Amino acid sequence: MNTNAPVGAETYGAAAPPELVQLLTPEGERVEHPDYDIDLTPEQVRSLYRDLVLVRRIDLEAVALQRQGELGIWASLLGQEAAQIGSGRALSDQDMVFPTYREHGVAWCRNVDPIKLLGLFRGVSHGGWDPAEHNFHLYTIVIGSQTLHAVGYAMGIQRDGAEAAAIVYFGDGATSQGDVNESFIWAAVNNAPVVFFCQNNQWAISEPLEKQSRIPLYRRASGFGFPGIRVDGNDVFACLAVTREALRNAREGQGPTLIEAYTYRMGAHTTSDDPTRYRVESELEAWKLKDPIERVKAYLFKNELADQEFFEAIDLEADELGKDLRRRCLELPDPDPLAIFENVYAEPHALLQEEREQFAAYLASFEGVA
Amino acid sequence: MTTMTTGASRTAGGRSGGAATLTLVRAINEGLRRAMEEDPKVLVMGEDVGKLGGVFRVTDGLQKDFGEDRVIDTPLAESGIIGTAIGLALRGYRPVCEIQFDGFVFPAADQIITQLAKMRMRSLGALRLPVVVRIPFGGGIGAVEHHSESPEVHFTHTGGLRVVACSNPADGYHMIRQAIRCEDPVIFFEPKRRYWDKAPVDLDADPDLPLDKGRVVRPGTDVTLLAYGPMVRTCLEAAVAAEEDGRSLEVIDLRSLSPLDTELVVESVRRTGRCVVVHEAPVFSGYGAELAARITEQCFYHLEAPVLRVGGFSTPYPPSRLEDHYLPDLDRVLDAVDRTFAY
Repeated sequence: MNTNAPVGAETYGAAAPPELVQLLTPEGERVEHPDYDIDLTPEQVRSLYRDLVLVRRIDLEAVALQRQGELGIWASLLGQEAAQIGSGRALSDQDMVFPTYREHGVAWCRNVDPIKLLGLFRGVSHGGWDPAEHNFHLYTIVIGSQTLHAVGYAMGIQRDGAEAAAIVYFGDGATSQGDVNESFIWAAVNNAPVVFFCQNNQWAISEPLEKQSRIPLYRRASGFGFPGIRVDGNDVFACLAVTREALRNAREGQGPTLIEAYTYRMGAHTTSDDPTRYRVESELEAWKLKDPIERVKAYLFKNELADQEFFEAIDLEADELGKDLRRRCLELPDPDPLAIFENVYAEPHALLQEEREQFAAYLASFEGVA
Repeated sequence: MTTMTTGASRTAGGRSGGAATLTLVRAINEGLRRAMEEDPKVLVMGEDVGKLGGVFRVTDGLQKDFGEDRVIDTPLAESGIIGTAIGLALRGYRPVCEIQFDGFVFPAADQIITQLAKMRMRSLGALRLPVVVRIPFGGGIGAVEHHSESPEVHFTHTGGLRVVACSNPADGYHMIRQAIRCEDPVIFFEPKRRYWDKAPVDLDADPDLPLDKGRVVRPGTDVTLLAYGPMVRTCLEAAVAAEEDGRSLEVIDLRSLSPLDTELVVESVRRTGRCVVVHEAPVFSGYGAELAARITEQCFYHLEAPVLRVGGFSTPYPPSRLEDHYLPDLDRVLDAVDRTFAY
């Protein structure tokens, strides 16, 4: 507890009981919300379940590949599947996504081949997919920088008179960054068609939310002049409903929305991190009871929307996906050394040409040497 | 053609043309105007660039003629200017950002260095980032702190950026148009103390050089002076003074700092055998260090003396009552020229 907090601060404290939009409880019970509803066919629910399971499997395989030395590092999405699939499936084709480096679930929704994500963390490229092909921008590693890109892109949408929106992902730690706050201002004064999707996973590496904020993050929006809403980030139905509405509002000229998806980073920050140094096991155990996948499975089961055969088929598909990804990861070739000089500039650059020639000659000098 | 001395002629349609004697401010303004006329995707954005026309009036009248959607008065946050410009570029626009003063570029340095410069490589060539960042730079106007700096090497040290500096109205007019047409990010330095220098500019002429080439602005035989931006005029004045002493100084306006027009420099120094580099930025780790190293590598057997450097001291920029001592001037340039003859 922050002992310097003024009287009454606990009422608005970062850990205050959240006013949470929830449509599916951790037990798999469908609940009503006065402002948000969602009407999904059984097929759509099964499809969401499949997404959730497959992206968790991609993540699991990537962690294993890192542990075996095949990836330099991996940023796990474990626990955040519902926030990413829910928001990702709310997108229209023409909407543009600006992700952090953990949005593997959203990448999945945008048909980015997961091998591209692995390539980045293996070190064969810094990204390497064409953002325009997927309307999914490159992963941005510096915290919060992409929020401004999203707002600028949204300003372009306005100038084009297009019916589209930008959505930008960031975490709880990013809300302390200047760029994120600047992006809120830019979005507000321009009434830009942008959705700020903050996955509050409670931890910025080792720093808990109270190191970032004294109020719940969604309430920040009101100070900038646009709506903020907190959604159960482990509830794929609620994330889908809330994001869908925010995107629609943006496209219809009603400006930005901040969505705080209240979730939990069940794994380490990255494979280089050791969360046992800064958080207690019981916290993870408590969040496991709110698992984003288990509640959909329970819902499907209870309502007899899927049978054991369905779940087994999905598990099998997940295993095949993992196996295939592993094989392709191991087959990824290292780039040619001279690729260092490629794609730095769009137009010829004398200095790079000179350095490239010199380095090529140097490399050639080893040819034929045992 | 017109004989106006303060500005170019303007036709009924608002289009200016012909030859005119323009200040550097007005020349860049005309260049921006042409670029905006030629390509509806060109945007101008920055603090006070709209109604006010910029604190130096470089963007004067553009908002009136092109509207608030294309000439954008931004919130007062430099990182936001560059960050949103990147987003606009990703949507197909060609933003020209104004950083109001050199010392204010640092809040934007993160977006320039970590994003603007690197995004194309990150995309394996799928993306283009045709963003121009205009920065009035250098001292000599009696300003308060942070308004007189020369931060060019922060950007020449960053792969993925092009860095240029204009020194006169004709180059200002042509180079800004070339920078806007360039498919890569360009950091465009404008010598603020030369903003009010006047010279003839032919607004309908094609540029005589590509953006990445330098120019011999005064031929000579004894010493090569290398300069860019505000120091070009200082070096030209030094060359005139040296002539009276019987010394022939060749002055090169580098114009492009990244990439460097190495051939032009090397050819000149091999001929003269002596070289002095002049810039306002601190000498230590400055652009002159790169030039001296390259010249030593490529002109070693032609050199009569080491390459000497004239520039700022390794201090923060001093209060303006001291800036005349800090900034290279004609005498300090000639002093260095004298020293190259002492070897």
